[in-house]
Amino acid sequence: MLDDTDRRLLRLMQAEPSLGGPELAHRCGLTPGRTARRLERLRAEGIVKGQEAVIDWRALGYAVTVSLRITLDKTAPRAFDEFMAAAREVPEVIEIQTFLGRVDVRLHIIARDLAHYQDIYRARVLTLPHLADIEALLTLSSIKADEALPL
Amino acid sequence: MTPLDATDRALLRLLTQDAAQPASTLGRRLELSQPATWRRIRRLQEAGILAGRRLVLDAEKLGFGVTVFLGVKLAAKGAARLEDFERAVTAIPEVQMVEHVLGLYDYRLRVVARDLADFERVLRRRIMTLPGVGNVEANVLLSEERRPGPL
Repeated sequence: MLDDTDRRLLRLMQAEPSLGGPELAHRCGLTPGRTARRLERLRAEGIVKGQEAVIDWRALGYAVTVSLRITLDKTAPRAFDEFMAAAREVPEVIEIQTFLGRVDVRLHIIARDLAHYQDIYRARVLTLPHLADIEALLTLSSIKADEALPL
Repeated sequence: MTPLDATDRALLRLLTQDAAQPASTLGRRLELSQPATWRRIRRLQEAGILAGRRLVLDAEKLGFGVTVFLGVKLAAKGAARLEDFERAVTAIPEVQMVEHVLGLYDYRLRVVARDLADFERVLRRRIMTLPGVGNVEANVLLSEERRPGPL
């Protein structure tokens, strides 16, 4: 399905998403026309879904990042759905993941400072439905965050 | 930088959905002229709020069917150990994200693999052999949502 040139194109775009068409073509050793056609095909097949802007929340004044690892009370039949719906209503929740493992759900929360975090935790997190257990990991630093696929 | 107004926030929301749309399209949706849109984008970039772009790929279509979040505890601490661990872990292609955290674990990793057998290979050969690695907890990702955040 994908050939080496496709992979090279995707690797380059992953590493430098702002590269323009001519520069991409040059680095892949293709003509701009062929590059555009390959990109068009990768988009049409749904492999390339698009580009999203990365927001630096620290620059917006959100200095605290906490990863909350949550276990739910699964005796309630709609525990997952009701918990997720309520978590979506908390603006400071920027990611929600569900898992197979010891942890059921992870909430990625940002706050302006620790006092703000405490407010969110007490008023918005501890009031979420079907909570059984919560563990918090406070982010000290981000070492790698490109989320690139090893193509 | 001056505080963000409602238009800045709307612009950030649009860019997190699609960072590749031209300034003319953004301007039309925000009822701004193209140069005014450009000025706002440049101001958000200069303030470090718009921190770049990320290419969004369909991992499953590219053959990566499994994502696992790992909590890693180091067996021994000390600044030199942290640096050795960080250098080695960021060099693993399957590791998409590394955060130094405070809590039950020392590091939080996001690992992508082709399937569970491939994940086991990465875990045994690459993660468990990292310098200083101690206890590791794995949770397999079932679903993920990114939220717009407090914009």
